[in-house]
Amino acid sequence: MAANGPAQGPQPQNPAQLIIDGVIAHNEWRLLPQDDGNGEITAASLAPGKVILPLATWQALHRDLGDRQAEIGVWLDSDDPVELVGAAAAELPLIAVHFPAVTDGRGFSTARLLRERYGFEGELRAVGAFMRDQLTYLRRCGFNAFAYEGPQPLEALLNSLHDFSESYQAAADQKLPLFRRR
Amino acid sequence: MYRYDDRDRAIIGDRVIQFRGQTERYLAGELSEEQFLPLRLQNGLYIQRLAPMLRIAVPYGLLNSTQLRRLARISRDYDKGYAHFTTRQNLQLNWPQLEDVPDILAELAEVEMHAVQTSGNCIRNTTSDPYAGVARDEIVDPRPYCELIRQWSTFHPEFAFLPRKFKIAVNGAKGDRAAMRVHDIGVQVVERDGEIGFQVFVGGGQGRTPVIAELIRDFLPERHLLSYLEAIVRIYNELGRRDNKYKARIKILVKAMGAAEFARRVETEWEQIRDGVNELTPEGLTWAKSFFSAPAYQPFDGAASDAALQAQADANKAFSRWLERNTFPHRVPGYRAVKLSTKPTGVPPGDATDRQLEAIADLADNYSFGEARVTHDQNVVLADVPQEKLYDVWQAARAHGFATPNIGTLTDMICCPGGDYCSLANAKSIPVAEAIQRRFDDMDYLYDLGDLTLNISGCMNACGHHHVAQIGILGVDKKGEEFYQIQLGGSSSENPRLATVLGPSFSRAEVPDVIGRILDLYVELRRPDELFLDTYIRIGLQPFKERVYGR
Repeated sequence: MAANGPAQGPQPQNPAQLIIDGVIAHNEWRLLPQDDGNGEITAASLAPGKVILPLATWQALHRDLGDRQAEIGVWLDSDDPVELVGAAAAELPLIAVHFPAVTDGRGFSTARLLRERYGFEGELRAVGAFMRDQLTYLRRCGFNAFAYEGPQPLEALLNSLHDFSESYQAAADQKLPLFRRR
Repeated sequence: MYRYDDRDRAIIGDRVIQFRGQTERYLAGELSEEQFLPLRLQNGLYIQRLAPMLRIAVPYGLLNSTQLRRLARISRDYDKGYAHFTTRQNLQLNWPQLEDVPDILAELAEVEMHAVQTSGNCIRNTTSDPYAGVARDEIVDPRPYCELIRQWSTFHPEFAFLPRKFKIAVNGAKGDRAAMRVHDIGVQVVERDGEIGFQVFVGGGQGRTPVIAELIRDFLPERHLLSYLEAIVRIYNELGRRDNKYKARIKILVKAMGAAEFARRVETEWEQIRDGVNELTPEGLTWAKSFFSAPAYQPFDGAASDAALQAQADANKAFSRWLERNTFPHRVPGYRAVKLSTKPTGVPPGDATDRQLEAIADLADNYSFGEARVTHDQNVVLADVPQEKLYDVWQAARAHGFATPNIGTLTDMICCPGGDYCSLANAKSIPVAEAIQRRFDDMDYLYDLGDLTLNISGCMNACGHHHVAQIGILGVDKKGEEFYQIQLGGSSSENPRLATVLGPSFSRAEVPDVIGRILDLYVELRRPDELFLDTYIRIGLQPFKERVYGR
């Protein structure tokens, strides 16, 4: 179970390659899907190495993971309230936000709150069914990593990170709205 | 009006390039129908029954003559030579080719126009009072706020994939001519102890579940407008339903949660961002307002001008009628606002040909500082006409088919494109409008009936605003046949009301007679000077029911 709702929805994939900070990079993280069996996992039994945990698992384990903090990330499903990570975000190396469908835009708000309210400065990774044409919006909301699942080569996506050279709003990438810069 | 600078031009130019790429990828088979759908919708491009439809944004209805001429040219070069004004004060092309749309957008960008967010589950064109800046009952000109909202909402990175579409209206006058309370957010300008601020209403809407928006904040200081909107839309983005498109509008969330609880959540969110960078600085407000300063009005002697106009009216009954119905008082002595009617009998309400668009541009240039406004009732306003020129404007408007003196009467209907164009429609609406116009073509009768709104929607999506009409007509599907349900008693004014269904629906052929019976009863039972809506409120639905259905 996720913290908020059943785990029956689509699960994010964890492709071998992704875009990080505008370049194609090797994916160094495992991603643990939501699963009813996750309740069995303990801090001691969690396999070594970098791993991104579903929110419920992270909530259950993160206080017991001691010196492994640098290799434990968390992923939020689109209906996971970001407050459940809250200020703890500032200590995390990686947070992934799941887009179960192209049209599910909750993750955009999640990302902005992580960056702008909870002081998260680590890798913010979009996972799931987002599409190329959303990359500028995702980047503006604070994502710097994109685990794209679609059919297009990652090289083709790079240009879409900057579809717009200017923007009206303040967001994670722009401190001032345009009306304050006129 | 607002004019682009290099930054606005860069943003809209980038958009043209982006959409051209998306269209090319779609045509090359790299984007599936399903993937292209949200992209084209966010650009106002629908696939209709017979052809694509492109909805072009007209921010709060304001157009200049250069833009009008370009729209005329586009409708001629890329369409069938006509276009359609919508209830969001936008303009629709009914027959563009999909592969031409990037070129159309490039042509629009040259005149500071676009089709951004005219559809899709995002923040749509902000609408307002077509008499903004000139109305006598205006508290403050709403257009600077509309423009600030336009910029804030355009390509807002957080709010492009909301649960459902999202519509904002701003009203700056005491009277509500923006249907503010049937919007997802209605913003009403108020003045308290000399300070300008806003009442904020949320959760209004039409469609399948019509709701009058509820007040969640009685006074929001002017500088906090954008941060408060951001808090509302953020709460909606997080909590609005995404499992059922018919329950995804903010009105359902507000109903389910209760307006008080929704307001509490908004306030909690807003407390955290209210002093952030979205706070409107004095410089920012001054900058926004600078685009809407008064034009160079001539100093007229108001009394002399009024007397001269009255003399012209006394000498010409037809002119007098037009003056009475199709012009609107202006705050500046010697001026009036003119409403050009797009509702002559036999023309789909809201349609204008390329020549007519050019004629509006000429009228605007010659008589109204080069600007015109699209209204939510699908007409066009020339806001700043000197009274001494009204006779000339009337003659020119007559020559171009805009002078039907029916504004505010039964035949000045709001009407959606309906089954003739729209793939969502259950029934046609344009032929119903025409049948009613033909049946009630006696102007003396229409004037005797007085102010009366009749709106027609071809399906429950309610694009024709039938829920807020005094007489609303809704097209329904009855075992594959087109039928029409009648509703009575709605209003989108500052005293908003939702119409009530009269009873079982009628065939298309029956509709004019049914309307006739409703009007007959009103004429029989009204008190002196009592308008239709007031009679309805006084006597209720039952007498109309009995008259129409026979006991």
